Amino acid sequence: MADARIIPAPNQNPETEPYYRAFGEGRFLVPVCLACGKAHWYPRFFCPYCGGKTEPRESRGEGTIYSYSIMRRVERPFALAYVELAEGPRMMTNLVDCDFDALAIGQKVRLAFKPAADGTAMPCFTPVPGER
Amino acid sequence: MAEAFIVGAFEHPTRKATDKSVGQLHAESALGALADAGLSLSDVDGYFWSGVMPNLGIVSLSDYMNLKLRYFDSSDVGGASPIVHVSHAVEAIRKGKCDVALVTLAGRPRSEGQATGTGARAGNALQPDSPWESSFGPVTSNVYGMCAMRHMHDYGTTSEQLAWVKVAASHHAQHNPAALLRDVVTVEEVVNSPIVSDPLHRLDCCVITDGGGALVLAREEIARKLSRPLVRPIGMGEAIMGQDGGRIDLTVSAGSRSAPVAFEQAGLARTDIKYASIYDSFTITVVIEVEDLGFCAKGAGGRFVADGNLISGVGKLPWNTDGGGLCNNHPANRGGMTKIIEAVRQLRGEAHPAVQVRHCDLALAHGTGGLLGARHSAATLIMERV
Ligand SMILES: [Zn+2]
Repeated sequence: MADARIIPAPNQNPETEPYYRAFGEGRFLVPVCLACGKAHWYPRFFCPYCGGKTEPRESRGEGTIYSYSIMRRVERPFALAYVELAEGPRMMTNLVDCDFDALAIGQKVRLAFKPAADGTAMPCFTPVPGER
Repeated sequence: MAEAFIVGAFEHPTRKATDKSVGQLHAESALGALADAGLSLSDVDGYFWSGVMPNLGIVSLSDYMNLKLRYFDSSDVGGASPIVHVSHAVEAIRKGKCDVALVTLAGRPRSEGQATGTGARAGNALQPDSPWESSFGPVTSNVYGMCAMRHMHDYGTTSEQLAWVKVAASHHAQHNPAALLRDVVTVEEVVNSPIVSDPLHRLDCCVITDGGGALVLAREEIARKLSRPLVRPIGMGEAIMGQDGGRIDLTVSAGSRSAPVAFEQAGLARTDIKYASIYDSFTITVVIEVEDLGFCAKGAGGRFVADGNLISGVGKLPWNTDGGGLCNNHPANRGGMTKIIEAVRQLRGEAHPAVQVRHCDLALAHGTGGLLGARHSAATLIMERV
């Protein structure tokens, strides 16, 4: 496996703060609507489906690969992906700690926080061993 | 209601402009299109532009060209912008907001050494999606790569089918002396070129060029006094599509919403279209767009583009006969302008004789902007020769 890409620090703002703070404590949060019950991603303070108030809820960080692409034309190749969370939404992320050539759509993955350049915990995913 | 016509079109001949400013490329394009129409800068009272020039770019460029405007629009939706601008210019002329509308596009990403497809982007902190995505490294090639991966997974689309899009573009580009890449390539050459981001190869990606282009539209009374063949926009649709709160479908583009509107307005069937310019930022872009435009069913795009079906004189849908963004030109990283210009050439009967579609009276130009696999725009424009 080549050296892992250094993840640039994310832009942050008051709306993202509760999420990234929880990530730093090892807790993965997914916003769920208090009115219609639907989860969404990326997190917003309101529900993009009904406009209702949302609440960050702790997630087990389980999902499957919806799609991915390995960027090869850079010094440190990396896997950009959409992971479909068990809660429903598909989130853009990186697939880490894996053999890029063994990845497949539909494969089970689980959350793996990785530090960004400034130490911020980033919600990445890694294949669940023995599962396809 | 006043009718609007496209009366002038000009593609800047440069593909590398180390010796020119961005303003100069805009002005040279504008002057070229106005000369083509038989009009001058002082006739322009509507201006439509967008691009990578923050802080009131349209005000700056209007002053640079000394335009005296009563209507303007700098809607920025990426590569589809010039198509949106033509639609908006038509609406403005119909409503009497302006008489002669100028649309320009220009830029010099090649001279500036921009790695459009692979270079990391910092992300704009003010865009609400940026804190959740920029760090993961989405650029164009890997985001479109994810679309291609999912399309292949869902519909069995193959790299060879994608390669046919580039092959068709190269067949057309060999006849275009101004095209950046003029060599005819084979399916094997495309699939054997190095992978940029899976499953897209280097030859699945469009070129990076400097340059630009411009269009002039005019109200009917003015248009009919000019000597150039008249082209009338008769169907226009535009749409923006995003992640739908996380229920994104990577195999569907906003063209699925813009095209039905344009076709209904024009009162035409898909089979009426004699020529189509369809944005080819990547080969997969065209496969998804031909489906969303309704030229084939969803999932059948790979089979539709294969075996030369997009090659003029060979296939059912003559497409991007200038060589498109894959071989000819992709000024300012935005494909919309050159798409309209080649469609206008076809309608005027002024495409290269080797690629000119016979009796080309109805044509379509379609573009997307932004990232198909994240959030993007689409615009469809149907035109007739009068
Ligand atoms: Zn809701």
